[in-house]
Amino acid sequence: MTEIHRTLTDLQILIVRALRLSLRNVDGLITALMLPPMLMFVFVYFFGGAIHTGGRYIDFVVPGVLLVCVGFGAGTTAVSVANDLSGAIVDRLRSMDVRGESLIAGHVVASVVRNLVSAALAVTIAFAIGYHSHADAAHWLAAVALLTLFVLAISWFAAAIGILVRSPEAAQGITFVVSFLPYPSSAFVPVSTMPSWLRPFAANQPVSQVVDAIRALLAGGSGAGGVGSTAWHSIAWSAGILVVSVVLAGTLFARRSG
Amino acid sequence: MTHDCAIEADGLRKRYGQTTVLDGLDLRVSRASVMALLGPNGAGKTTAVRLLTTLTTPDGGRATVAGHDVVADPASVRRAISLTGQYAALDELQTGSENLRMIGGLAGLSARAARARAAELLERFDLVAAGGRRVGTYSGGMRRRLDLAASLVRPVEVLFLDEPTTGLDPRSRIRMWELVAELRAGGTTVLLTTQHLEEADRLADRITVIDAGRVVAEGTATELKRRAADHRLELIATSPDAYMQLATLAGELAVAADPAALRLGVACDGGAAAVRGRLDELDPERTLIDRFELVGASLDDVFLDLTAKPTPTGEPSDD
Repeated sequence: MTEIHRTLTDLQILIVRALRLSLRNVDGLITALMLPPMLMFVFVYFFGGAIHTGGRYIDFVVPGVLLVCVGFGAGTTAVSVANDLSGAIVDRLRSMDVRGESLIAGHVVASVVRNLVSAALAVTIAFAIGYHSHADAAHWLAAVALLTLFVLAISWFAAAIGILVRSPEAAQGITFVVSFLPYPSSAFVPVSTMPSWLRPFAANQPVSQVVDAIRALLAGGSGAGGVGSTAWHSIAWSAGILVVSVVLAGTLFARRSG
Repeated sequence: MTHDCAIEADGLRKRYGQTTVLDGLDLRVSRASVMALLGPNGAGKTTAVRLLTTLTTPDGGRATVAGHDVVADPASVRRAISLTGQYAALDELQTGSENLRMIGGLAGLSARAARARAAELLERFDLVAAGGRRVGTYSGGMRRRLDLAASLVRPVEVLFLDEPTTGLDPRSRIRMWELVAELRAGGTTVLLTTQHLEEADRLADRITVIDAGRVVAEGTATELKRRAADHRLELIATSPDAYMQLATLAGELAVAADPAALRLGVACDGGAAAVRGRLDELDPERTLIDRFELVGASLDDVFLDLTAKPTPTGEPSDD
């Protein structure tokens, strides 16, 4: 058996494991399944009446809700990774010559699947309560691709946090920052309504780029300023976070094992 | 390098920050034998296991396991060994059978072979009924058995067991001992760590006693017992004051101490003349010693003798 074949087999086994653990982890499952409907109701029915964005608020807010769901999902991923690394399982796998990257990648893939299911649920509920999209199949595909890339990046980032901190509790605490990031962004209100000192950050941070791009795509490619530049910015941010997180995760894992 | 040695370590050193955990550890374990690494908490047992299983690298010295150098060729070492750590390396949210099948797959078995092997191991470790239940519902003894089973999914030359019975009830401990004895009978080399002399005495062909990161004694249980005083004279003092005087007089002779019970154990060969001599030597006025008992040496005496400085005038440190 070649080295690559073995690594792929290990990866497949560890992905199945992480997905199985996800399905049986009640906390994570509740977060993944309950959060989308709750957030959708909160923003559309509770806050939506008071927020004016120049159109129907539900059409504005859907991408933002997707990103909040994804942020919370990252917390679950960081905790799973921290759990594995604080336990004995990582020693067993290393003593069996299983690459640590496979263990982490298993969690990341499970995280992407979990978060995309969560996002799909959020979109389904959005349609059920009156969301309209002018997007065609190509726009949807592009929106899904942008979201998937961002979810992948955030999942690797969460995994790196899980390796960095020693305890699952601390991992949960740090990923709170990720869950918070959609608020000072264009996710829920137009950036132009924010105080001037906050606007440069709010307009340019990664969540805003991803939200703006997805919003423009789901609006059928019209949207303010079109899709073009925000989509590229979104890809650049996600790719950047992804590369930094993968390198960071690898370095931290190697250092921990010294 | 001699090929009848499954494990060979010379002068292994490891520091964590300012703390020297291993200070030149030497170890020889023959093939198909059981070696117990015996020592108090913090002696360096787990670190020794981590170095030999390639989980961490030494700061100095060298070691080979199954003929492969742990630093130069860790991949070959890993293919020849299995590790059962102090804490069960299992997923609580997976069933026993799922855990074993996962490990089997990672060990290179096909899905079908992994399933067959899992069934076989569940049978052998009395876990057939529990195989379909999540590990989270298992007792401590069942977890340890499953963890050991997971170590045996593929054939191994050298098995490392880090404190295999810590935290187990007596029945589970005895079952674990039987399993280790079966492995030895099957020709597996086993290195186990323990703080329990009874365990080392019962399971191991040879015992290496370590303390503060170095070897303080090595031999069979019988050889080690012979090294300590054959007998120990247990003196029961008449009062706490008398106890203190006795402890001071006995000095280096003291091999065991229990200040609360006013008991002080001193080395003695057990002959009538020797007993009389010791009593007179330590209590010429015949006022300090109330009663005495003559006790045959146990491995405990050897252990205390070799690892801990007796603390006859204070509380014995129990860590």
